[in-house]
This record gives sequence, C-alpha cells and structure tokens, in this order.
Amino acid sequence: METTGDRGGRGVISNTFINVGERTNVTGSARFRKLITAGDFPAAVEVARHQVETGAQILDVNLDEGLLDSERAMTTFLNLLAAEPDISRIPIMVDSSKWTVIEAGLKCIQGKAIVNSISLKEGEAPFLEQARAVRRFGAAVVVMAFDETGQADTADRKFEICQRSYELLTRKAGFDPWDFIFDPNIFAVATGIAEHNDYANAFIEATRRIRTELPHAHVSGGVSNISFSFRGNDPVREAMHSAFLYHAIRAGMDMGIVNPGQITVYDDIPEELRERVEDVLLNRRDDATERLLEIADKYRGKGEAQKKSDPKWREAPVEERLKHALVHGITDFVIEDTEEARQKAERPLHVIEGPLMDGMNVVGDLFGAGKMFLPQVVKSARVMKAAVGHLIPFMEAEKAASGDDSAKGKILMATVKGDVHDIGKNIVGVVLQCNNYEVIDLGVMVPTEDILDRAIEEKVDAIGLSGLITPSLDRMVEVAQEMTRRGITLPLLIGGATTSKKHTAIRIAPEYEPGVVHVDDASKAVGVVSRLLSETHRDDFLAETRAEQEKLSSAADRGDRPVTPLAEARANAFDGGWESYTPPEPAMTGIRVFDDYPLEELREVIDWTPFFLTWELRGTYPAILHDNVRGEAARDLFAAANAMLDRIEAEHWFTPKGVIGIWPANSIGDDIEVYADGARRKRRAVLHTLRQQGAKSKDRANHALADFIAPKGIPDWIGGFAVTSGPEAHEIAARFKKDGNDYDAIMVSALADRLAEAFAERLHARVRREFWGYAPDEMLSNEELIREQYRGIRPAAGYPACPDHTEKRTIFDLLDAEAHTGIHLTESFAMWPGASVSGLYFSHPRASYFGVGRLGRDQVEDYARRKGVAPSEIERWLGSNLGYRPDQRQEAERRSA
Amino acid sequence: MARAADARILVLDGAMGTMIQGYKPDEATYRGERFRNHSRDVGGNNELLTLTAPEIIREIHQAFLDAGADIICTNTFSANRISQADYGLAEIAHELNVAAARLAREGADAASTPERPRWVAGAIGPTNRTASISPDVNDPGFRNITFDELVEAYGESARGLIEGGVDILLVETVFDTLNAKAAIYAIELLRDEGIDVPPVIVSGTITDRSGRTLTGQTPEAFWTSISHARPFAVGLNCALGAGEMRAHIRALSQVADTRISAYPNAGLPNEMGGYDETPEETGGSLGEWARSGLVNIVGGCCGTRPEHIAAIAEAVEGVAPRKVPARAARLRLSGLEMFEAPAWRRPGTEEDAA
Repeated sequence: METTGDRGGRGVISNTFINVGERTNVTGSARFRKLITAGDFPAAVEVARHQVETGAQILDVNLDEGLLDSERAMTTFLNLLAAEPDISRIPIMVDSSKWTVIEAGLKCIQGKAIVNSISLKEGEAPFLEQARAVRRFGAAVVVMAFDETGQADTADRKFEICQRSYELLTRKAGFDPWDFIFDPNIFAVATGIAEHNDYANAFIEATRRIRTELPHAHVSGGVSNISFSFRGNDPVREAMHSAFLYHAIRAGMDMGIVNPGQITVYDDIPEELRERVEDVLLNRRDDATERLLEIADKYRGKGEAQKKSDPKWREAPVEERLKHALVHGITDFVIEDTEEARQKAERPLHVIEGPLMDGMNVVGDLFGAGKMFLPQVVKSARVMKAAVGHLIPFMEAEKAASGDDSAKGKILMATVKGDVHDIGKNIVGVVLQCNNYEVIDLGVMVPTEDILDRAIEEKVDAIGLSGLITPSLDRMVEVAQEMTRRGITLPLLIGGATTSKKHTAIRIAPEYEPGVVHVDDASKAVGVVSRLLSETHRDDFLAETRAEQEKLSSAADRGDRPVTPLAEARANAFDGGWESYTPPEPAMTGIRVFDDYPLEELREVIDWTPFFLTWELRGTYPAILHDNVRGEAARDLFAAANAMLDRIEAEHWFTPKGVIGIWPANSIGDDIEVYADGARRKRRAVLHTLRQQGAKSKDRANHALADFIAPKGIPDWIGGFAVTSGPEAHEIAARFKKDGNDYDAIMVSALADRLAEAFAERLHARVRREFWGYAPDEMLSNEELIREQYRGIRPAAGYPACPDHTEKRTIFDLLDAEAHTGIHLTESFAMWPGASVSGLYFSHPRASYFGVGRLGRDQVEDYARRKGVAPSEIERWLGSNLGYRPDQRQEAERRSA
Repeated sequence: MARAADARILVLDGAMGTMIQGYKPDEATYRGERFRNHSRDVGGNNELLTLTAPEIIREIHQAFLDAGADIICTNTFSANRISQADYGLAEIAHELNVAAARLAREGADAASTPERPRWVAGAIGPTNRTASISPDVNDPGFRNITFDELVEAYGESARGLIEGGVDILLVETVFDTLNAKAAIYAIELLRDEGIDVPPVIVSGTITDRSGRTLTGQTPEAFWTSISHARPFAVGLNCALGAGEMRAHIRALSQVADTRISAYPNAGLPNEMGGYDETPEETGGSLGEWARSGLVNIVGGCCGTRPEHIAAIAEAVEGVAPRKVPARAARLRLSGLEMFEAPAWRRPGTEEDAA
C-alpha cells in the first residue's frame, strides 16, 4: 500500500473534519482539573471561551473527577456556559463515564448536544434504555465499540459491534443514523506486545468499513491514545498523531478530539521518522516498533513544545524564525523576532510584505493540502496578528516623523448609497495601504452625509467614491454637489466600473470646483493620490486634469448627437419572421425555485476571464496562465482561487439561491405584455424595452428586446431569472477584512461574483434544455457557453440591451425574487447581496445581444408615457444614454408651456 | 388531519386573551361561585374562566369557528402548575386542562361536518419561568426552575389535555428552548406509559428584531433543538407582526423537514399596548406567505380577532400548502446557532478516478 505517495490531495481532507475542543475535560487537562476541583468556575469558563476562540466546533465537557460531586459540577458549569453567548454559540458534548452525570448535563442544555458515550458494555437492555433517553433529550450520541465481552480491538470486532449498535439504534431506539458517531477505540501501538501492532490499522480499517457499509454514521476518536508508549517523547508522539490523523481522516474519520498542542505539521515530520511512524501505524513490517525505537531518541527534544526553546530553530536567520513561528503557532519570540526584522528592513511595511506574508503562505498551502489542521491555522493567525501589532506603532511613527509628508496621507473611501459593489474599492484600498497611506473604508451603501461627516471628523486628505451600477453615477454627482454646498475643498476621486473620464468631466467635475479626478484602475491610484497630496505637484496636476475635463466636456457639448427619429427606427425594427416561425412552447410555465444549488455544479461553468480582470490581470483564460508577463501571477492567483473554491465547496460557505419563471407573453410595439394565464386574458405585467436609434442601415435593424417576442395572436413566452451565490460572501469578506486579510476578502467576493454568473449560465442552459426545452439536445463545452454559442439570450436590466435599471422591479415582482432568493433591490436598483444576477430569457433563434446606445428625446418622452412617469424621471435613470442635454428639453418644455 | 394538511393550508384561531379582555371580566367574574372565598386575587387568571365563566370561553371558540378556523386552541396557555401557583391554584392545573379541552371539543364537534372537520389543539404555554436564564443578574448560574420540575408540570397539563380529548398538543410561545425540550420530554414519557399521544406542534417565539429567541437561538438552531419531537409542524408565534416574522418563517421553512405553522400578532403593539393591524393587512401578509409556499398552518396571536381569522382564511383559501421537503440526512447540532456536519466524501476519490 503506497500511502505516503498520494499526498497531493485537493485540500478538502482536513476541512471536513469536525474539531472537538477538549481543554474543558478534566481527564485531559490538568489545568482544567485544578480549576474545577478548586471551584474556580469563572476561570474554567474562560478555558471554554478560549477553546471556542481557537476554532473548536464542538465543546467537550468532562467533569469526571473522583473528589467532586460531578453531577452538581456539570450542572453549575453548563448553566454558567449558557450565560455566555460567545461560548454557547457552539454545540456541547456532554462527556462522562457516569450516566447520571450525562443526564444532569442534558437537563441544562437548550441546544442539540452530543452524549459521549454509551455502549453495549452492560448488554442490550441498558444500552437501549440509555439510547431512548438520549433521544428524549434530543441529543446525538457517541457509541463506543464495546460490548458484553469487552472493548473491540480487531477491525472485524470493531465493525461488528458498530454494526450491531447501528441496527439497534435505528430499529429499536428510533435514531436517525446521522445522529450517532462511532468511536471504534484508538489504542496504543508500539507497546512491544505483538497483538497491539495492528491497533492503528484496525481502527483505520474499521473506519473504512463503517463509512462504506453503515450509511450516514460518523466516526470519531481520541487521537492521543495511539502514542501512549512514547510518553515523554513529544516529537515522536506528535508525528504519530499527525500521521495517524492523516490516514484515519482519509478512511472516513470525520470527528475527533485533537489537542492542537500535540500535533505537528504532517510535512514537517522528517522523512525518516515519518516512514518509521507509518510503518508502525499501518503495521507494514514486523520490526516496525524496533525500528521506530531505534531512532526515537534522536528526535527527543525536538517536538512542538521544545521548538519554543530549541536552540536550533532559534539559530536560523530571522526571516526563517518568523516563518517557523507562524507555521508552528509560537508566539513566545515573535515580538523580538519581528523587532529584529524591522531593524534589518528598510521600512516596517517590508517585514509584513516579506517574511510574515511568506510564512502565512506556507500555512495556507499546508492547510489546503490537509497537512495542517484548523486549530493550528488559527494559532498561526494569532502569531501574525501579534507581529503586525508590533509593527503598527512604527509605521505610524514613520508617517508622523517623516519629513516627506507629500507621499503620505489619509484617504476616505466609500461605495455610494444604493450600491453594494466593493471589490475594486478594496483593491485600491490595499494598494494605497501598501504604499503607506492610511485608508478609512466606510464600506458599501454609504449615505452622502456619512461620507462627508466622517471626512471632516477624520481630517482626511482626499475622498474616494466607488460604484458599479449606473445610478451610482448620480449619487456621485450628489456627493460633489453636497461638498460644494458645505464648502469642502478636499480632492474627490471617482472610480468603479461604470464611471468614466467623460462622465466625470461632464457631470461631476462641473459640480465641484476644488477638483475631481477619475481613477481608471488601482495601479494608477497611487500616482494620482501622491500628486494630489503633494504641495508642489497638486496645483499643476489639478490644472492639467481640469483642462482635460473641459476639453472632454466641450466636445460633448457641441450639441445633440444625431439620432434616428423613433418612428423611423421602429420602421426598421428586427423582423422575427412570425409568418413562418412558431415560438416553442415551454415545458413549464410559472416559477421554479432553487434553494442551496450545488456549488460543485456551478464551479464547472465558471467564466474565469472576468475573474482575472477583477484582479487587473488582463487576458483571456486559459491563455493568460501561459502569458509571458502575467502567466506566473495568473497561475498563483488561479491556484489560490481554486484552493478557496475547495473550501467554499467543502465547508459549504455559500448557499446559492435562484428562481426562474416562464410566462405567456406577447409584444405590443416596444413593450412586452406578460400574462397570468395561458389564454392571455389576464395581464400580469408589462416590460418596457428601448429601441436603438443609431444611424439606419439596410442590413442592420434598429433592435428592441420586444422584437424578439411575437406580436399578439401568436402564442409566445418570455422567461425571467434572479440568482445569487448567497449573502454569506459579505460576512465572510468582512471577517477576513477584520482580521486584516484583505487578499482573501477580495478573493471571496470575486469568487462569489463568478459563482453567481456561473449560476445564471447554468440555469440558462437548463432552461434551454429542460424548463423551456427548446434545445433539449444542446451539448456545449464551457468555452462554447462562454462564447454564447447557443440559442436564446438572457439580457439583464442595467446592461446595454436594457439600460433601464428600474425594469428590475417588474422582473423581481414576476419572480417574487425577494421571497425566493433573499435578493433585494436597493433604492438605486442594485441587488443585495452584491453577487447576484437577474434578467430575462428570450428564446427566438435569432435573438442577440445589442447595445441600445443613444436615445432621442422622442423616445424618452414616449418611453416615459408608456411607463407612466415623468420624462425627467427617465432622464435621471438613463442619464448616460441620453443623446441630448436634458436641461435643453426641460427648457423647451417650459417655453411651450 | 395529516390528509387535510396535505391538501390545503389549515387555519388556526386567533387571540384568546384579546377576546377575553373584550368581555372586561371583573374579579367577581374570575372568582365565580367556586372561588368566592379564595385567599388571593385571581383577576387576570384567564384560564380560571374555563371553570368560572365557561360561557365566555364557549362564545370565543364559537366566534373563531364561525370565522373559519379549522383548529381552535384550548384556553390553557397558563393552565400549568407553575403559572397557577402565582394564584395559589397549582392544585387545579389538571382540572383546568381537562375542562378546557372538553369545552373546545364540544364547540369543534358541533361545528364539524364530514367535509369540513374541526380540530382542537391543546395549548401548552411556556410557563413564567425560564430553565436557561438566571433571574439574578449577579448570579448567572442560578435557576429558579429545574428541568425536572418543568417535566412534571408539562406532563400534568398534557395528560389533562389528552384526557379532555384534544387532537393536537401545541407547545407554543417558546421563549426558552430548554422549557420546550422539557415539554417534549414529558410528552414522550406519556407515550412510554402507553398513552395514545396526539401529534405535537412546537411554536417558538422570536422575541424581537434581533431574530433570536429570548435565550439567543436562531430559528435554525431552535428547529434543530426540537426536531427530535418529529412534530406535526414547527413554527413561530407571538411577539412579532407578520411583517417582522416573515424572514424567520422563511429561515425555518428552509431547514425544517416538517410542516410550518405561523400565527403572528396583529402587528407590533402601539404605545398603549394595543394592536392596530387590520384584518385586511394580516390576511394580505399571510396570503402572500401562502402563495410563496412558506406555510402549512396559519392563524393569529395577540390582537387577532375573528375578523382577522376570517381574512386569513379567505386569503389562504385555495392556495397550495408548502411542500414538506425531504429529510436532510445530515448530523445537525446546535448551540445558539445551528451546526451542520459537512458532507463527507472519501478523500482522494478524484485522484483515484483520474
């Protein structure tokens, strides 16, 4: 069996392992026992809190101490825990060898707990009685592989007892099989007794059989028993624990009591030691124990505990020491090492960017490969925090003391009200911070007043606004106007996907005299900010910018863009060929809801090119991976993205939700009527579409989406959809950010966006194949899907074919999208959560995407009338599509009135 | 009843307390003949009216039946030993439950037709003590009630309700899930005695906009904690109006593999402690929930009158009930939040396949 060779797992292994915190167990922790026997419950509660903070997912509580009234102690301790929301957040494992103590514990727990443990030791009758009692309390239960004849030690016996327990629990005690956890006994190996040689192997083998033959049951165990014979030799014990876990988890062990202080990093085990440890654990040769003993002494004093004081690692260069401390979660020397590194480095920031980030990257890789476990990673993060915490005062002092103030300052950043998109803003923030600017990030959906109040309060040097959707452009204008009104003179930076130099020049700059600068991408941010904050360069730069803006503005000012009159554009509408074409009848009408859509299915259809663009790596996937310049960065990024996707999938970070609908519909001019019934008597909604008014040409129609739907009299249908990868990405990103991990914060948001797009793509494919079913045999590769080589389109409101964001409201109402997906629309019609996509489905074989482009006054007035709102309202939402100046229309209106 | 619940959305009745207040009973009414010389004031002990002014309770049941309720609830919200002890009436707890169940039974039977049967739900309130919270802020480990005392009190109430002939046991207004677990435990003990225990509905209370129960659980954690009762339905009632409750019902309906019940208050209380939501508003909200496939059983809590129930019944008429999802075959645990074991797949399967 070649087990050491296949270590290149995809990183899902350790991530499905449920970590039971065991420091609140008097039999496992001398310190906790001391606190409990001394009656120091407040300190004992702190031990529990520490367990939760260091990543325990379940809290094992064992108060089996001979000198104590354990029932009373259990009651007191659990009642105290119930008063601590930070601790009682997670489930409790009531652990005792005495049934009465377990019962006393269960009477104090409002949640669903785990009982540890029951067994067939006393026979079937008491076993069933206890099992039924556990069920009355609504707890899950650990079942030991123990029967009337004793503890099982061979794989066969372990499995047989578990199988017997399984049958009894499911058939006679009313248990669901996923509600119990088998503990097939981890016994010490390498004891010198030949019968013990196969104990580890037997556990692993029994685990494998349980997971295969006893569906849904879980497997757990107390790992430290395995190495009992090497008491006093921590390095060997740690190597044994890690190697054992590595193999047992692969066999199906998915829960366990693991003391983070007693495991090492699997890859850190020296080759020779690992081989001999695995020989013992897997019982690969008869002399395995002797061979391990031969070398065991050599490793004594080199374990995790000793690593703290081990002169060897302390002798390495400081960069190596920091890395070592991060990987091993040792905080003892981190301050002095960080200080040493700081003195060596040119600037404190370089310590973070250099050795500290290098160390964290190693930690990330090991965790991803299942060779480090969650508690270890949390310890690493703590070391990182301590190091950064030490550097912050120096970075601040550097800023304060530095005579060169021109290149440093405080920037306030915010995504404007009504908009939820912040990936770009976060990237700019990180870039600025790396260049030693202080960034105050107010987050998303920030009202104008809050932006300006904080700017004044914090005495910032510049304000940066971000937004992705078109209505945000108006919010930015509003901020500029308000700054003028309040007499603020700070430079205003504008960025985000829909912003442009031109819009900034025409709409924003005229509202704010002190200076508005458009920033195309993050890489330019530093240059712009440094010039804006430099006393010597500032005036020249602003004058230059202003001149450029005036040029752009006056070029646009030279009157209206010529547009084709609406009547002529309509005469040149797209011809659906309705006399010879019958629209396909859908397989379903009405709506269909998708809750918690499988992530693995979405992952397959991710379009990666925009992902790289988010990170400002321009190029087409997969070619970009082999690009001469960007290839390496792209590959690293791609690997990091996939590592995170592994976790998103395995740990179920997101709950994608979606809804689709297909309804009877017909076009009436440029509108689409949606009907409640097949007979098309009851109108449910009207969708309004806009028509291209570009110059006419014989072979190019002036498109409107309504052209793709048959006119009244010919049955046709339209579809709609709204999907989201779920609200979790926002919380997770916020958490990463709070921990100072901007990289992962951006990564998780970018991936959430991609998954939402993939979800839209996936459902569209299923609509074509199943739900509408007009292309049941469609078989396209992901590349072909990305190139849209299929029949039908799914345009979204707010995008070129349908630039009016307010149409989203109608689509959402038809789908009842808020209720079914949790997506809601902000006052600017942005979707929250940000990683959401919505739109319409058209089935016409020649339906294609197009851009509506410039709109004439005639169409805006006509459209406003059809929607029943004032033309000025339409002008507000479609500002960037207007082919004329709205003030001129309004002037004309006044004159004629 | 299960068959009926598969076919349509069932309607529960409205607020017993609000209706009783409408009669403005005085101390003498509460006492009646039997408790004329009782040593303590009993005004406000609504459950006592079952014995001393049964005609009021009968009329209220009738009003809700006329309004279209499929299920009426017994006047037993506080008819347990622990709550009644405040009036010095702990010893009549059993009697109160039997009598209230019979009163409701008579009403429901009289209104039943073969096409349209009516049912009686035996209300089991939360008592006025919490098993998970200390009443003394300086001593968080202290409790003024034990699990065993709750089991005893709930067992007595449930036994009385079953004797009186209820069709459902409704463990309602659950502020503290540990109290509800004691009720479930007590009911399971009755079952072990060989008593024919009717189906159970467990209805929690999200106390405010935090979206948590009084004891801090999310709706998902609440469901996980009581799912072992394998209830006929799980749901929420009280504290919130329909507007505030919707998100939590939705959360529950996403995790619970049983029917969903919901009976919100008639909005949030106004400054005077009254409820202003009109029947049209309440009916409109619950109708929308029904059309969104969120619910199987609906009704009203504080402030809802027969007019509200009629509006609700009309709003859900003909709307298909929520489809009960398949069981989630996953180990779920809970503290204040739900924990779900990740899906396990044999590591290395992909590599092996490649």
